[in-house]
Amino acid sequence: MRVMVIVKATRDSEAGVLPSERELAEMGQYNEALVQAGLMMAGEGLQPSSKGARVKFSGPNQRTVTDGPFAETKELIAGFWLWRCRSMDEAVEWAKRAPFQEGEVEIRPVFEAEDFGEAFTPELRAQEERLRAKIESSAKL
Amino acid sequence: MLSSETHRAVEAIWRIESAKIIAALARRVRDIGLAEELAQEALVAALERWPDQGIPDNPGAWLVAVAKRRAIDFIRHKVLRQRKEPELAREIEAQLQDAAPPQTDAALDEPVDDDLLRLIFIACHPVLSTEARVALTLRLLGGLTTEEIARAFLVPEPTIAQRIVRAKRTLAEAHVPFEVPRGSELAGRLASVLEVIYLIFNEGYAATAGDRWLRPELCDEASRLGRILAELAPAEPEAHGLVALMEFQASRSRARVGPGGEPILLLDQNRARWDHVLIRRGFAALARVDALGRVYGPYALQAAIAGCHARASVAAETDWERIAALYDALAQVVPSPVVELNRAVALAMAFGPAAGLEAVDALNSEPLLKNYHLLPSVRGDFLVKLERFDEARAEFERAATLTRNRRERELLSERARRCVGGSGSTTQKGFPIHVDG
Repeated sequence: MRVMVIVKATRDSEAGVLPSERELAEMGQYNEALVQAGLMMAGEGLQPSSKGARVKFSGPNQRTVTDGPFAETKELIAGFWLWRCRSMDEAVEWAKRAPFQEGEVEIRPVFEAEDFGEAFTPELRAQEERLRAKIESSAKL
Repeated sequence: MLSSETHRAVEAIWRIESAKIIAALARRVRDIGLAEELAQEALVAALERWPDQGIPDNPGAWLVAVAKRRAIDFIRHKVLRQRKEPELAREIEAQLQDAAPPQTDAALDEPVDDDLLRLIFIACHPVLSTEARVALTLRLLGGLTTEEIARAFLVPEPTIAQRIVRAKRTLAEAHVPFEVPRGSELAGRLASVLEVIYLIFNEGYAATAGDRWLRPELCDEASRLGRILAELAPAEPEAHGLVALMEFQASRSRARVGPGGEPILLLDQNRARWDHVLIRRGFAALARVDALGRVYGPYALQAAIAGCHARASVAAETDWERIAALYDALAQVVPSPVVELNRAVALAMAFGPAAGLEAVDALNSEPLLKNYHLLPSVRGDFLVKLERFDEARAEFERAATLTRNRRERELLSERARRCVGGSGSTTQKGFPIHVDG
């Protein structure tokens, strides 16, 4: 299974405080362990929300753009990993080893077609395929 | 914490730590069978104690410490029994010193990488049958249970259990040293490791038997083993080549099965469904091969071919001339009729079906391909393109009788039917490419 490990923002990350050399070294070591265990597929750190923007949707045509920063620090994201692991339990065990002193990470399994089980019938799958194809062709216009 | 929760956590920890623990123990007790037993005892101890005492902060180190204590007990026992052999006793005494329980926290700081690499090499030792290597590798390196391995390979559990027991015995009897092979021995031993990993991958990817086209858990396990190997042996270009090959192939797994479970051939796949994270990883692994500056080996060549497909956002953009050239190179490194067959497909795509048919006809008398379903299947493709429908139908029918995979058989029979009456639809644009399919 694939999981996204979402690293929540902290006051420091939102303030744009860069990690110390020691923190970088620890994170490097941790990332290396993830790579060596064959888990790591991708991972990035994000700049503070002050450099970001939001697009809000209301109805088919109405879009409102808001520039950062955004207030609710604990709900913001400061980075993510994409891991391939065997179970949520394994992901949790690995996440516990992350060299953070504070804050929180959230682990969310990535949807796979199999997750929809029998409710995702061949007909529905076919429909999904058609939709994807349409999305793809409209994206090219 | 609920005991069932602890139980699941213990299992997850075991998956993460078991290979390292077994590897570290094997170096000391010089017997991987014994090392695994000791590690298992530590696991049992964890299952007994952690539900009450809670999971320790560094569970891996805890398991190592317990297993080492068991190792010391075992060695002491042996010393007592063999007191009359002072030399042996001294040797074991030395091992004992080495195995003295470390401070729990320091236990995992020891360099385990070399031990892990030794464990991979020993599990894939040529003294073992291929089947035994596969089972032992999944068991020791993957931390899979006998039951899980049996389920993945669709064989009864006792068969796998016996395979593993025999493999351990064979290794002990052959006195296989617990070390990384060096010098002239290395190339052959590494080839054996790569072969085992790719076999596991292909067992999942090609699903040679049974109704399912894909068994993703085996692909995942092999990819993971490959990445671990590439990190442990970063100077080996073929290790990265194999990783690249598996990443590219795995990137297509979502696209190669249709809504009803039927296989979709490479050129018919919806490329938007390919996994671009894996494709990027594949190119990154190929770049590591290039950085080592050596001639491409067979895995790197196959990865480069797969990379050509991955680079084309639509099938029509595929660089078939380069693919044909890469198959040429591959045929020189590993001469094989299967490679020749794929080369024929690439030639047909680059220079037209007549060129392909000419190349494939040269293989007709090849005894190794006599019962290989892809030969008539590919030939049928060329014949359809040349509008020789009657001949094409006969080829597809023959191919259908040769394949062991039910889904594939259905696909081939369907293609044979479409040829009837000389109206054979040419909408089927895909070739069943084997090596990089």
